[in-house]
Amino acid sequence: MASSVEHVATPVTGAGVAPAGSPSAAPIAVASVAAAPAISLPQTGERELRLDLFRGLALWLIFIDHLPPSLLTWLTIRNYGFSDATEIFIFISGYTAAFVYGRAMLESGFLVAAARILRRAWQIYVAHVFLFTIFLAEISYVATSFENPLYTEEMGIIDFLKEPQVTIVQALLLRFRPVNMDVLPLYIVLMLALPLILLSMRWKPDLTLALSVLLYAVTWQYDLYFSSYPNGTWVFNPLAWQLLFVFGAWCAMGGAQRLSKIISSPITLWISFVYLLAALWVTLTWYVPQFSNLVPRRLEQWMYPIDKTNLDVLRFAHFLALATITVHFLPRDWSGLKSPWLRPLILCGQHSLEIFCLGVFLAFAGHFILAEVGGGAALHALISLCGILIMWGVASVISWYKHVADKSAARKGAAGNADLAGGG
Amino acid sequence: MRSWVILGLALLMAGMTARPLHAEEAQSCDVPESLLTTDSSLNKVADVVKSGRPLDILVVGSRSSTIVSADSSAYPTRLQAALKEKLPQLTVNLSVEIQAKKTAEEVAGGLSKLVEAKKPTLVIWQTGTVDAMRSIDPDDFRSALDEGVTALQNAGADVILINPQYSPRTETMISLPPYLDNMRLVAQQHEIPLFDRFAIMHQWNDQGDFDLFSAAHGIDLAKRVHDCLGRALSKFVIDAAHIGPAQQN
Repeated sequence: MASSVEHVATPVTGAGVAPAGSPSAAPIAVASVAAAPAISLPQTGERELRLDLFRGLALWLIFIDHLPPSLLTWLTIRNYGFSDATEIFIFISGYTAAFVYGRAMLESGFLVAAARILRRAWQIYVAHVFLFTIFLAEISYVATSFENPLYTEEMGIIDFLKEPQVTIVQALLLRFRPVNMDVLPLYIVLMLALPLILLSMRWKPDLTLALSVLLYAVTWQYDLYFSSYPNGTWVFNPLAWQLLFVFGAWCAMGGAQRLSKIISSPITLWISFVYLLAALWVTLTWYVPQFSNLVPRRLEQWMYPIDKTNLDVLRFAHFLALATITVHFLPRDWSGLKSPWLRPLILCGQHSLEIFCLGVFLAFAGHFILAEVGGGAALHALISLCGILIMWGVASVISWYKHVADKSAARKGAAGNADLAGGG
Repeated sequence: MRSWVILGLALLMAGMTARPLHAEEAQSCDVPESLLTTDSSLNKVADVVKSGRPLDILVVGSRSSTIVSADSSAYPTRLQAALKEKLPQLTVNLSVEIQAKKTAEEVAGGLSKLVEAKKPTLVIWQTGTVDAMRSIDPDDFRSALDEGVTALQNAGADVILINPQYSPRTETMISLPPYLDNMRLVAQQHEIPLFDRFAIMHQWNDQGDFDLFSAAHGIDLAKRVHDCLGRALSKFVIDAAHIGPAQQN
């Protein structure tokens, strides 16, 4: 018991000293201890910028992946390996959520923390319904203005509008999700489970992680899933994807410190490197079919399909390898984190929910413009670029507003500052 | 090695013929050779063509294999015409089986009966759109494809798969990538050619041959697109059956 409290308590004492009003959420680096075990306490008042940086990056990549494929798509990591931005996003969300709400649980008890988590889940739900409304408006517009005999078949997609009483209810139940609206429902389910995860994590972190792995294995073994409307399953199966979320939480609760020895060992690094290269090689064969003879047939048969819905082990391993390398070569005190060039990414990562929703909306809008104007590659690139600039701009405004609000709250003596971790 | 030579020849020919064709034809719809060549071959088609027997083609597809109220302008008929034009000595018998609003699984079940009745040399199976619109589980889609292709091959037919159309205006609403990927995968596993209609139409749209974004078009655009698809498909069949360039002319 004592040891588990220590894991939670360490970062909290560190952050607790932070002056009110400054960003005080400072999760311990995924492997900060890897560099120097002596400085396991985070520096006061400083947040873990690497988490923000990579979450921001994940948000940009998700936005680009949601637009129709273009030149920019080649910059996204899913073209160079098995895992993609979703893994980064879910892992970091698990990490920050556990950190922020784990601290709340220590300070104010289980009930208050659980209530705050549920409030957050509600916010995400509202955001999801808002995006659905926009989607509904778009599809209705396209449906009424579209009469191309070439696409008679594709227009069957609007059949669902014929029975809105069913579709809208199913959407509110998170069972009907149009294209590109799959991450938030996953996030909602994970947040709903978070109070239990945290409770169990405080009691026995390793057991919690083991249970999570067990649930993952059982999901694969017995093919468990969340069904969706009108048929099929959730694109991201929460029963499988919880593994990344819980793993993130476990790292935040001190697991990362204990892993640091393994992470910094050269053997792990080499395994990661080799695995990433192998994944890159396999991915290459998807785009250059001439190479496909170079991947052994038997390996292909064993490997494919690489299942995104159920977070294939190959994807999970790819994420781990990527994270290991990143943590090794980007120390938490890397000076580049302060550089103005990375500032836009970090800002976006600090307001993940808002920027995520904005990204989905911008992807809709981008599609719409491309469809209405009839776009070439140049317009396409312009839309991608504008989208990213808008995300940056909005993140700056939110940041500025929160800063001002926090200042006035501090003057009034209020302690508020709850959402600083991007809300997890 | 041989395929490289053929590719080289094809590129050379394309280079020589493309320009003049541009000037003469009303509609230009060039397709890069890479989209019209395949590693898999249509051996049964090749045998039939060499022996001078008639070639029986069966097209199984959903609504996008036809044009409402202009059935004879849809790509299957255009394919037949293009093949006749390129191989005048060949008799091509075509039958088209439209199964509107049916998923791959629903179609796959009836395939063996269909093939038994018609005994085609070549089955062209166009699928994926309905499954994508109903968001059928991609795994189920893949096993249905697998089952269908196996049935067709067991019945002794060559098989070509055709994937969904590129439809920019419904791109936000219909998520095609998992279905496109699975079709490519099944084609690879069975070593059968996949006619990449999606990529081809995408290319036409990017090149400006067709404005597929436009909302309201008469039936004319559909006719022109299908004509081009039929011609591209005829080149694809000839390439996959390894019927030499000499015989083509």
